[in-house]
Amino acid sequence: MSSKSVNGTLTPETTFNPHLYRKDFPVLSREVHGKPLVYLDNAASSQMPQQVIDSYAEYHGSYHSNVHRGVHALSQQATDEYEGAREYIRAYINASSTKEVIFTSGATDSINLVAQSYGRTNIKEGDEILITNMEHHANIVPWKMLCEETGAVLKVIPITDKGELDLEAFEELLSEKTAILGVVMVSNALGTINPVKEMIAKAHEKGAVVVVDGAQAMPHVRIDVQDLDVDFFAFSAHKVYGPTGCGVLYGKKSLLEEMPPYRGGGDMILSVSFDEVIYNQLPYKFEAGTPGISQVIGLARALKYVDEIGVEKIAAWEDELLSYATQEIKKIPQVKVIGEAENKASVLSFVIEGVHPHDIGTILDEDGIAIRTGHHCAQPVMERFCIPATSRASFAFYNTKEEVDALIASLKKVIEIFT
Amino acid sequence: MNYERTKQLYQQLILDHNKNPRNFRIIDPADKEAVGNNPLCGDKLVVYVNVNEDQIVEDVSFIGEGCAISKASASMMTTFAKGKHIDEVNHIFQQFHDLTTGKLDPEKDEHDLGKLAVFAGVKDLPARVKCATLSWHTLHAAVNGKEQISTE
Repeated sequence: MSSKSVNGTLTPETTFNPHLYRKDFPVLSREVHGKPLVYLDNAASSQMPQQVIDSYAEYHGSYHSNVHRGVHALSQQATDEYEGAREYIRAYINASSTKEVIFTSGATDSINLVAQSYGRTNIKEGDEILITNMEHHANIVPWKMLCEETGAVLKVIPITDKGELDLEAFEELLSEKTAILGVVMVSNALGTINPVKEMIAKAHEKGAVVVVDGAQAMPHVRIDVQDLDVDFFAFSAHKVYGPTGCGVLYGKKSLLEEMPPYRGGGDMILSVSFDEVIYNQLPYKFEAGTPGISQVIGLARALKYVDEIGVEKIAAWEDELLSYATQEIKKIPQVKVIGEAENKASVLSFVIEGVHPHDIGTILDEDGIAIRTGHHCAQPVMERFCIPATSRASFAFYNTKEEVDALIASLKKVIEIFT
Repeated sequence: MNYERTKQLYQQLILDHNKNPRNFRIIDPADKEAVGNNPLCGDKLVVYVNVNEDQIVEDVSFIGEGCAISKASASMMTTFAKGKHIDEVNHIFQQFHDLTTGKLDPEKDEHDLGKLAVFAGVKDLPARVKCATLSWHTLHAAVNGKEQISTE
C-alpha cells in the first residue's frame, strides 16, 4: 500500500504530471456554467479515458453480439474479448483461477450475491455477522436483510474520533460466533484505509469468512487477493475509470463451488428440463442472462490503463493532492475536516459551520466544481460524527493542484455569502 | 456572472430566514403534524399545525435539519400560512410549486406569492426544487391527515 499520512511532509520534487493524462479524458475539457469543469467527485464515479470509451465503442460498432452462444464470427469474437477481459482481471487482482472472477452489476450486487447465496446456505440463528461503523449502505443492508431472514445477529465495530476502526473493540467483538466479517477496505465517506489483511488473519483464526468491499480501494491500492487471503472481494468498474453497471465478485473457488446459484436463467445452466436443471460450472453458475459485455471489456481496458501508469504512482500523486488540499482547507477557520486517519486515500470530507453541504455543493457547481454533498450512502458514519451530511472532495490522478486552489477559492466565496 | 447567479439564489431574505428561522419550535400538543423526508439528502423536518373549526391555521411551526433553501422555505411558509384559511394555503402551495418548477414566471404571470417569489431561482436547479418544496408538501400532508411524506 502506498499511502502517506495527511500530516506528512510534501515532496515538491514529485515528477508526476497529471496533464500528460488529462488529454485522455474528453470530459475534462468541457465547461460547466461557463467555467472549466473541476471534477472532484471521483469517489462517486471516476471518469473514463478515451481508451476505455474506444474499447466499449469497438464492441458495439464492430462485433456486438451475444457471448457463449453463437457459432458465428461476431459471437466468437465477443466471447474471446469477454473471456479475455476475465483473464486480464484475474491476473490484475492475482486470483488463482478465472473461475473465481464473477461479473456482476457492481460492488452492491457482488455483496448481495454473497449474502444471498453463501449467507442463506450457511448462516443460522444466533450466528454473528460483524461489520464496521464505516460501511457503505451496500455492505450493511444485505447483511441486515440476512439477519432478519435467519435470526443472525449484526455486530458493529466502532470508529474512533480520528475516523479509524477501533481495532481493540474489533478483537473483543470477534469470537467463535462470528460467521462473517464484512469490512470496507477504503471508506468512501472518510477516506480511511483499513488494515484489512491483519483483520482477515484474525477473523480466520476464529473461523469467520471475510467479505471485503473494495469499491474505493481499487483506484488507489494494488489488490492481491491471495496475499490478502480474502474470501470474497467486491468492486465496481465505474470507480476505477471503467463503465457503470459492472462489477466483480472475487471468491475463493472452494467457497464458490459449494454455493447455490443466486439467480436463475440462461448461461448459468448446463441443461434444463421441467424435471431437472443442471447448473453450469464456475464462474457461469453465477452469471445468469446476457452479461454487460461491453462494460466488462471496458473494465479490463480501464485496469490496463491504470496498470500502464502504475497504481503506486497514481496513489503517490493522489496522496500529494490530498496533503495539499488538507493543508489549504485547514487554513479556513470555519472548516472542520471529518476523518483524519493516519492511513488515508484521496477523500476529503468536511463541514463548514453554519452552512449546509447542499448549499456548498450548489455554489461550487456554479463555479464548475463538482463535489459530493450528503450522507454518501453511509448514514451510520454521519450519525457517529453527529452531523447530517458532509461535503466531500475526492481526487483522482488527473486532478491538479490548480484545481485544489479553485476548490479553496470557491469555499471562501461560500463563507463570504453566508456570513 | 456565476457569482451573480449564486447571489440571485442566496438572497438576503433567504439567508436571513436560514440563520434565524421563524416558528422554529415544537407545538405541543398540535392538532396535526407530519414528517417530511428527503432521502436523497437525508434531510428531515417535522411540521406542526393547529387549525380551528373555521379552517383557519391558528399556529404552524417546524423543526428539523436542512440546507438554507429548505430551512428558509419552511420558515417563510410558516409566516405566510399563519392566520390563513386552508384553501388559501393550498392555493399558494400550488403556485409555489409552479414557481419552483418553472411553470409560473413571477415577472409575467399573475400570482399571490408575495415574498415567496424569492425562490424563483430554484427552477434552474432541478436538484434543489425538492429542498424548497419539502416543507410545503409536509404541511399539505399534515393538514390532510398524512403522517409521513417523502420526496422520492
